[in-house]
Amino acid sequence: MKPTQNLNTISPAEASVTFQVKDCALIAKATGKRARTLKDLRDILETIGPESLFYHFWGSLLRPRFEDQEYHNDFASWSAHSLNDKPVAERLGIVDPLEFDNLDELRVELMDIIDERIDELEMLPTASRDRQFEFISSDIVVFATHRTIKDPQDLKTVIPELSLGSIFYHFIDGRRRSDAAIDDFSAWLATFKNKYQDVIKGIAEIDPYFSSLTKFREALTKEFVKMRPSTV
Amino acid sequence: MSHLIDSYASITGPDVIEQLRQLAKPLQGLKVVHVNSTKLGGGVAEILNKMIPLMNDLGIETSWEVVQGNPEFYACTKMMHNAIQGNQVQIPEKLLKVYEKTNAENAEQLRDTLTAADIVFIHDPQPAALLKHIDDRQGKWIWRCHIDASKPYSPVWKYLRKDVQHYDASIFSLAGFARALPNPIYLIPPSIDPLNDKNIELPEDERRAVYETFNLDPDRPLIVQVSRFDRFKDPVGVIQSFKSAKRFIPGLQLVLAGGEASDDPEGDIVLEEVRTAAADEPDIHVLLLPGDAHRTINALQSAATIIIQKSLREGFGLTVTEGMWKQKPVIGGDTGGIRLQVINHHTGFLVNSPAGAALRIRYLLKNQDKMFEMGIKAKEFVRENFLITRHIREYLTLMHALVFDSKHRIELK
Repeated sequence: MKPTQNLNTISPAEASVTFQVKDCALIAKATGKRARTLKDLRDILETIGPESLFYHFWGSLLRPRFEDQEYHNDFASWSAHSLNDKPVAERLGIVDPLEFDNLDELRVELMDIIDERIDELEMLPTASRDRQFEFISSDIVVFATHRTIKDPQDLKTVIPELSLGSIFYHFIDGRRRSDAAIDDFSAWLATFKNKYQDVIKGIAEIDPYFSSLTKFREALTKEFVKMRPSTV
Repeated sequence: MSHLIDSYASITGPDVIEQLRQLAKPLQGLKVVHVNSTKLGGGVAEILNKMIPLMNDLGIETSWEVVQGNPEFYACTKMMHNAIQGNQVQIPEKLLKVYEKTNAENAEQLRDTLTAADIVFIHDPQPAALLKHIDDRQGKWIWRCHIDASKPYSPVWKYLRKDVQHYDASIFSLAGFARALPNPIYLIPPSIDPLNDKNIELPEDERRAVYETFNLDPDRPLIVQVSRFDRFKDPVGVIQSFKSAKRFIPGLQLVLAGGEASDDPEGDIVLEEVRTAAADEPDIHVLLLPGDAHRTINALQSAATIIIQKSLREGFGLTVTEGMWKQKPVIGGDTGGIRLQVINHHTGFLVNSPAGAALRIRYLLKNQDKMFEMGIKAKEFVRENFLITRHIREYLTLMHALVFDSKHRIELK
């Protein structure tokens, strides 16, 4: 089963099917595109593939990064640390990808912010050669796990045991795959009519963007533990 | 039956190990071969030492071959190594001929294994020319470049590129290290093995024995740099930093410990330079350790108050990772993979000069609480990101990607 249906199109007959837990792993790929100034960054952003945008906003959850980081996307971090341009770093850093319906809208927002900053500056700062912005993309490999879930109550025990790859696949990548931009578990819970609306609402309120996957998994676990016992 | 891979669960958590098993399952039955130039010394050999049995443990038939060469071959590949890292090195035609001949001879030796393999990983420049000698190869060939190739000496890079451009894919440790090539370029940082002799937690008596063995005072602060004696590691710069800091902290001690590597003919020259620079200072201990002195290195890193890795150029800097795993703050050169590991004010400090290193040594020794806090953060950062289990996951992912011709999204059945 691929639990990515639009909530509005699910009929009662489709409800309560088994949820198959999947996992994923990302492998980073160099695109060969590099920026040394905001102008370079903006020009490449205009044409770079969506996989690269996704990687620079979300891929960081699955790759080496320091948890107490100052900025939550690579564009903001580079602007601060390699260009020393804190104003644009702050504007880029506040962009929350969850506020955009798709990556193209996110792309336009980034370009607007950078254009605005370019207009403000007399001279564009240039990053040194070894501090260029490296546009990276990624391949994602999705694979089945041995886990299937029949009863949503089981999520209380299953969620804390899921790999970070599974959390990423169902909660982050799931939003990208879903027309309704919702995660896989919420989509599945919605098939049980209105029974789990509180949980779905609770999940929606957890923002994975300003967190790490480990902390996000902990927050999800708390949400599922609050779930009322099944009366069926 | 207990498996080697399960022994990592207590360090990484069982979810990480389960994920590796699931990811490996569809690849079972493939034959994978790794080829490099030495079984001893250097980060590549260390990684392969554990990577090979772990891959086999996951059900993927994996072997490790080492190309054999004479001293001229290693002299040539050392020059290539330095040239790729940016040194203007003219490699004599005679040595290039030895390089080509050695690769051709090794290709003959390894022909059956390489031809039959489904996936071949060729590590660094030494065996890179093997590919052109295996015409009837069946599998995918990957060139794994462990060094920083961002600013190579152009004539040498052009020479090497003639071979590496024909590979099915390349791997670099960081995007900034990669050169443009016509094949897909994957990015995989290296890793350490938390269960090998260099990184396990040693018994107290073994840790303490290191003080007596090397005439160190356990009651005085100790700075340790573990590295080959190589100019890119700037051991003489470390001595300058030490001398500068010692003016303010008279009890300071320094250990510069270097291993022997059979493919590094320049090591003796640099070692002599280091000994000369250290000659007038009894608290500098220059140690030349055998390639298998892993527990001694572990004990030295564990005994350190601060780990230093003041490299001027660095591939990744696994000694930084090792130091962080020992819960030590690291003062590292602001270069290469050290930047990925040393986060200023969190896991240590990045420095750009001997003066910068001296300043940070003094700062840390005057702020013991901060030093302790940094050590804890450093260890957790390594646990999440730089252990061999993450490395294996990325190799498995890469193998899937290659089997599916580098599509962005691969859904396994």
